[in-house]
Amino acid sequence: MAKKISILIVDDERSVRESLCSWFIEDGYRVVSAEDAKKALSLIESETFDIVLADIKMPGMDGLEMLKRIKTIRKEAIVIMMTAFATVDTAVQALKDGAFDYVTKPFDPDDLSHLIRNASRQISLMEENEVLRDKVVSLENVEDLIGESKAMQQVLLEIESVAQSSASVIITGESGTGKELVARAIHVNSPRKFFPLVSVHCGALSESLLESELFGHEKGAFTGAVYNRKGRFEMADNGTIFLDEIATISTKMQVELLRVLETKSFVRVGGNKEIKSDFRVICATNRDLKTMVDNGAFREDLFYRLNVVNIRVPPLRERTEDIPLLTEYFIKKYCSTMNRPVMSIEPAALSRLAEFPFPGNIRELENMIERAIVVGNGKKICLKDLPIEKNKSMPSFESLNELEKHHVLQILDKYNWNISVSAKALKIDRVTLYNKIKKYNLKQSN
Amino acid sequence: MKPESIKLISFGYFGRDFLAEIIHDVEREFSVPVKTQEGYLDLSEYFEPARKQYDGNKLLEEIGRRFASDKSKTLGILNVDLYIPILTFIFGQAYLNGRCGIASAYRLKNERYGLEADEKVFVDRLRKEVIHELGHTFGLIHCQNPVCVMRSSTYVEDIDQKNWSFCSKCRKKLDISFVAESL
Repeated sequence: MAKKISILIVDDERSVRESLCSWFIEDGYRVVSAEDAKKALSLIESETFDIVLADIKMPGMDGLEMLKRIKTIRKEAIVIMMTAFATVDTAVQALKDGAFDYVTKPFDPDDLSHLIRNASRQISLMEENEVLRDKVVSLENVEDLIGESKAMQQVLLEIESVAQSSASVIITGESGTGKELVARAIHVNSPRKFFPLVSVHCGALSESLLESELFGHEKGAFTGAVYNRKGRFEMADNGTIFLDEIATISTKMQVELLRVLETKSFVRVGGNKEIKSDFRVICATNRDLKTMVDNGAFREDLFYRLNVVNIRVPPLRERTEDIPLLTEYFIKKYCSTMNRPVMSIEPAALSRLAEFPFPGNIRELENMIERAIVVGNGKKICLKDLPIEKNKSMPSFESLNELEKHHVLQILDKYNWNISVSAKALKIDRVTLYNKIKKYNLKQSN
Repeated sequence: MKPESIKLISFGYFGRDFLAEIIHDVEREFSVPVKTQEGYLDLSEYFEPARKQYDGNKLLEEIGRRFASDKSKTLGILNVDLYIPILTFIFGQAYLNGRCGIASAYRLKNERYGLEADEKVFVDRLRKEVIHELGHTFGLIHCQNPVCVMRSSTYVEDIDQKNWSFCSKCRKKLDISFVAESL
């Protein structure tokens, strides 16, 4: 586990010390404060601080003098100077004397957060240099990626191998397999983890909205744009941008995206200033992008730019051995959320789950468990608590017609025989669905 | 000890009863009954003319003194722009593991950023801020999980990136704090 970063705050104003202390304590840092340079120096001599945040203008010894002395005690100390009276001269002097950065009070919360993340990354890099680099890298914060199956272990191995680089990644897999969790695992195990992971659900936004979301806009760019606004690429500076449902973006946006990926720069909507941003891009899709490229629906050059690494997340039916583990995980999760004692599951119910094909993958299993906990007796999940009838588990079919009949019936039952919703889920029109109901003589069960 | 209740107190004019829309979600996240009420404070006393903002430290202290108790966790919800001396603005703040916190709805509206008004997005942001600040009063610190409600948010789009629920790690810490407090 990473060690707690310690911060020493040096400022003669009590309100500033207290505000900064509570801000950093909420961030999980160890924080100590001093009201003047003399006390700060004596603290630095007796204990080690990773970051010193010091005011320049203080009674007695000023911040610039204190900076020089800190550097003689501990050369590698990260010192950030702050002042309410910014001049170029003092800023240049502070940086010449070895300050890590220089900020003007009051700070924008985002600037302060960015500054400390930069410092934390610097500390992390220094620590990495000190330890042997050939030690085994182990993944952190992947507890939501449950599974001991070979297929899932392969995914974890791929995450581990790709996390340390900045290569673009495409995550493919059916809906509900956990593609966003994989993106998150890559980010939190990468050197970019101190900076944001910014998600964009491309499928949920119209072309014009997506453009404004990705690139931001300038005041007056369109009716109602009364303020400047940062776009997602700008927000992801030094971090990662996750573009979900990438296959849904328009041809025009594909061109724009390719240009941004190539130059790592863009212009806000309605603006003319070029903005640079250093981001890593991770995309996800449940469609076959290669086929879309072959059909001309997705640009080949963009595909190759994005597809440096491809991670395929297996559907649940390819890793049924993980179903008991996942079931246990979701039971614990929802019992805890609903403030109930952890329930067990009867073996018959578990084996019914293991047989079920789960077209909606892990999301479907999760919903099923949540429902079972709500409707169950509070002690044990039984067969009757699961919305699967025995004949709904995967039977073996010889013909395609039998398979289609089974699937159509399953979807109709799932949506209570609402024809419009079922047709939408099956991606066919209502007339076709009526024809299939007639063809297979399907009837609503009680 | 697990608090008997969570008190959500609104100060000032909101135009609509937003608290009624988030009460059940707050209750669900903390498993503690939630009560809402209106509070009255002369906010002009906390206005700083030089910054045209309201002093978040003083408001937190006053709300803690006048409205909080040991039996409940109290969150004051305001509709004014808050600041603390070192920062240009804050969305909210709370006493870590303490009795109360404050959250401001002022900077959560789309209109402030040149976007079309969206009440759903606004209520969603308010819900996250309320649960986040209350999380601090239960002893939770900021979380690195990008979608956990305890993730630190320094601008409004940042709030949109997270969920309004706790990640498994924070939930575990919250459950442990309940057990530890009840021993």
